[in-house]
Amino acid sequence: MSSNSRYRSIKDLLSEDYVVAGTPLCSGCGAILTLRIFHKILGGNVVWVNAAGCVTLMVNYPFTPLKSSWMYTAMACAPAGAQGIRDALDILMEKGRIPVDQDLKVAVITGDGAAYDIGLQSSSGAIYRGLDFYYLCYDNEAYGNTGFQFSSATPLGSRTATSPPTPLNPEGYKKKKKDLFEIWRAHKPPYLATISPSHPLDIARKIEKAEKYRGPKLFIAISPCPPGWGFETMETVRMARLAVETGIWPLKEAIYGEVKHTYIPRKLKPVEEYLKTQARFRHLFYPVKNAEIIQTIQGEIEEYWREVYRRELGENI
Amino acid sequence: MIRTKLILELGFKRYLVPPVKRAVMMTGNTAAAWAARLAEVDYIPAYPITPQTEIIEKLAEWIANGEMKAKLTILESEHSMLTAAGTGALSGARVFTATSSQGLLYAYEMLYNVAGWRAPIVLVNVSRAVAAPITLEPDHNDFLSTRDSGFILLHAETCQEVLDLILIAYRVSEDYRVLLPSIVNMDGFHISFTREPVILPEIEEVRRFLPRYNYVNPFRAGKHSAKGVTVLRPPLYSFYKYQMHFSSLNAVKVFKEACSEFEEHFARRYDVVEKYMLDDAEYAIVMMGSFSTIGKKAVRIFREEGFSVGLLKIRMVRPFPKEDIREALKNKKGVIVIDQNISPGFGGILYGEICSALYGFRDRPPLILSVIGGVGGKTLTIDEIRYVFEYLLDCERSGKEPRPILLFREDELEEVKSLLKVGFGGDVFQL
Repeated sequence: MSSNSRYRSIKDLLSEDYVVAGTPLCSGCGAILTLRIFHKILGGNVVWVNAAGCVTLMVNYPFTPLKSSWMYTAMACAPAGAQGIRDALDILMEKGRIPVDQDLKVAVITGDGAAYDIGLQSSSGAIYRGLDFYYLCYDNEAYGNTGFQFSSATPLGSRTATSPPTPLNPEGYKKKKKDLFEIWRAHKPPYLATISPSHPLDIARKIEKAEKYRGPKLFIAISPCPPGWGFETMETVRMARLAVETGIWPLKEAIYGEVKHTYIPRKLKPVEEYLKTQARFRHLFYPVKNAEIIQTIQGEIEEYWREVYRRELGENI
Repeated sequence: MIRTKLILELGFKRYLVPPVKRAVMMTGNTAAAWAARLAEVDYIPAYPITPQTEIIEKLAEWIANGEMKAKLTILESEHSMLTAAGTGALSGARVFTATSSQGLLYAYEMLYNVAGWRAPIVLVNVSRAVAAPITLEPDHNDFLSTRDSGFILLHAETCQEVLDLILIAYRVSEDYRVLLPSIVNMDGFHISFTREPVILPEIEEVRRFLPRYNYVNPFRAGKHSAKGVTVLRPPLYSFYKYQMHFSSLNAVKVFKEACSEFEEHFARRYDVVEKYMLDDAEYAIVMMGSFSTIGKKAVRIFREEGFSVGLLKIRMVRPFPKEDIREALKNKKGVIVIDQNISPGFGGILYGEICSALYGFRDRPPLILSVIGGVGGKTLTIDEIRYVFEYLLDCERSGKEPRPILLFREDELEEVKSLLKVGFGGDVFQL
């Protein structure tokens, strides 16, 4: 990635945290880990606008772990809440009623349920209008806060509370994950990226780059979820890294719709390594291995990367 | 002098009139837009819907040509519109917005939120009956569906009242004893698209009446705050809801204070209810909205015929001005409540509210008749009001209990019959 970044090594990340210890979220939560890194780069003058999800419970009266501001809206309309704050600050500055140094960065934080499903309309509206805001979607690939029911972000083969694997339905969740990156990219926002908490420098550099643009700056983060996915709480970073190394979670960015991958694994790890470490995919391995589904998943990953190698490296594999 | 004379001769006398308050003909929608302009609102999140759209069109025009300095954003739905309105107000902007009917219901979730956030926006609702069946014509079901949300609810009868109530609503909503949003309601078509003479207040006078919005803890750099957060302990939720209730009750007093100041500035008098030829009347008709004008006319006619009737117009629906209603209806021999709404399985919503306000009151009227009329824009005639009034008198004479009346005229029945004939391909009433 860009060699002129001020973030050359992990030591370049601020030691200061804007998300302090003592949140009521699950231990090992991938979302809060991403938020911690994200917030270091954004700085403290941020108002987070939230939609219903796990992270909503982070700010529970009278406690907040944030050294920034917080606005909970409702499940479908966090981007509209961001619009109201941005518009108000803009007009008050324009009218000279508040000094420019009282301005804030406006950032939306929602889960995949709000981003992929119920809030798709309001995020599309905000991106279309060119709202100057950040959107951090922590994607744990299901409705985690309500007990892990499938959302349109759930990947093929996952067990969720509403797609239980049974003898009649051995694969679990049958549909493919919705491609939110491509939906958002179709709006041609100034900055759009996928991120992973296993790659903090990649996050830092992406925010650094995004900050130069006025308009929507959108981030979709893979957010391993220990209780939902079924892995030990200390394994969060390993899960996120495996997602990147197996190629199931590509790290990429799109500037005004032009896609570029920020990390291209030269050799993809087999997706089995990722799947078999999580209880949500256990039925694909026990009691009998469902080679067909695993091969389908692997095949789709390889097809995706063949296209990337061809387009970005000029290689045909 | 020559110039003056010339203008006089040409008949342009209006140029010579000193700049005193003059009535201008305008629609209710334009009056609402003028109120937002005079209140110098900062932010207008909007979304089009009939019959409200003219309000935002007018504001968009003024902002585009520089006559008004405000930020207008067209959102992608009323749900988002109301969300942005609320967060805008929490960021220190004076916010105005407007909707109707389906739009209000689409935003319904956020009504409770915006009220709970204590974001003092003013929303104009232009009443239109709610689908299904879908129509553009007015009734009050949309407006009345918001009555448990925490909003202050005001209902205007005339275009002038639309303008004045919006200005008063900002005073009440932004008052720290209240700090709740308001809905100012007007009837679609009858007010929204009907031109009436409206006196436009001078901007300096409005500024004296309505000081600049100054929110206590807006989102600002360096000042951290958390709003709309979860409360997982039930007593905390109850505590905040009780706070909203008491703040809403305060709005009766705050509204009256604002109205008396409004009268000093603009020489027009308002109260939470309006009594029309009521004080010495033996019988009362209770109504709200633009059809009250028809009710008032009926009262004048009945008075000429020797009946002792008056009218009580409900201007404030939330908080419900129970004491004022009790005082106004005290010792009346009979009351007719005309509802321009219907709660299927219950009847008239206002009737229920009036009954609850009067229950347990020692001097309450012995007879209260529920009448439903004007649902979905159906007209209301003097003859129908005469009919229900005679029915009330008949009940009083005979001592029988009045039964609710759902108005439907013979000419309307004929019209419906002919339409049903087309719809069913035969005379449905004969089947």
